[in-house]
Amino acid sequence: MTQQLFFEDIEVGAEGPPFVRKTDVMNWNRYAAVNDEFIYIHMDDDAGKAAGQPGAFGMGNLRWSYVFNAIRGWFGDDVEIREVGLQFRAINNKNDVLSTYLRVVEKVRESRGNLLRLEVNVINQNGERTAPGHALVALPSKEDGAAG
Amino acid sequence: MPVATEDEAMETLVTPQMVTSKGVWGPETVSHPVSLSDIRKWAIAVYWPETPSRLFWDEEYARTTRWGGVVAPEDFNPFGWPIRTTPAPFAGGLPGKAPQKGENVLNGGQVDTFFTRIRPGDVITERTRLADWEERTGRLGLTLFLRHEAEWHNQVRELVKRRLATSIWY
Repeated sequence: MTQQLFFEDIEVGAEGPPFVRKTDVMNWNRYAAVNDEFIYIHMDDDAGKAAGQPGAFGMGNLRWSYVFNAIRGWFGDDVEIREVGLQFRAINNKNDVLSTYLRVVEKVRESRGNLLRLEVNVINQNGERTAPGHALVALPSKEDGAAG
Repeated sequence: MPVATEDEAMETLVTPQMVTSKGVWGPETVSHPVSLSDIRKWAIAVYWPETPSRLFWDEEYARTTRWGGVVAPEDFNPFGWPIRTTPAPFAGGLPGKAPQKGENVLNGGQVDTFFTRIRPGDVITERTRLADWEERTGRLGLTLFLRHEAEWHNQVRELVKRRLATSIWY
C-alpha cells in the first residue's frame, strides 16, 4: 500500500507525485467496458473526425479517475476525498501522455476535519493543462489518529 | 439532447422541453447491487496497467484501513450495464453520418461532493435534473452548455454524493 500521510506531514505549496499514463485504446476500451461507455467518438476515428476532432478521443471521466488515483497515491488509502471538480478544457487524443498535477493551496483544521484544499490539473505531453480544477480532502492527524 | 431544427443559421439550441424540465427532478434510476467484482474490475481499468490499491479488492487488507472493508473508488459508477427498456440516450456522432448542428456533445466537467462510500452489496438510486444552461458562440459555432444536478443515495437513504455536471453541445 501507499504510505499513509498525516495532516502534519503536508505543508501549503507541497506538490504530489504525478499519476502518469500514455493513453490509447488499451486504456479507453477497459474504461468503456467498466463504465458501459461504448460511444463511437471514443472508439472510431471517423466518428471523432466527424465531430471535428483529429480522431477517436479519450473519455473525460478517465482523466477524472486518474486524479482520484493520484490523490490516493499521494496521501494513502485512509485519505477522505470530500470534493473534486474538474473542467475538461482539451481533448485527450490517442497516445497523449497525461500527468496529474496536485498542489496544496490551503490547510485548515476545523470541525469538519483536517482539511487540505488542492489545485488539480491533468497536463499532456505538450504542457497543455487539459483539466483545471480543485479537490478538498481530509487527512488523519497525529494528534487524534483520525481523518475528518 | 438539444435538437437542431434548421441549419447553421439557427438562433438557439434551447428547446421547449428544456424550458419545461428546468429544475424538475426526473424519475429515479436504481442500480443493480454493487458486487466486489464490479469494484475490482473498475479499479483494474482505471489503474491499468498498474495493480490497483488493495483497498479495492483485498478484503483482509481493507479491514485494516479506516474504511473497515472494501469500498468502491469515489469515481466508481454503479449504473453501467442496465437492462434497457428504452433506447440508450444519444451520445454524439455516428460513423458515416455527418452530425446535425447541436448533435455533437463533449463532457465539460463536473464537481462531485462525497458523503457515504459505496460498498459491496449497496444498491444506489440516482435522481437528476436540468439545473440551468448557457448559450454562446465560440470556436465550434453556436454552443450550449447544459448543467445537470444529480444525487445518489444508498439502500438506507444515506447520501452518497452530489454532482453538478456540464455537457457541451455544438
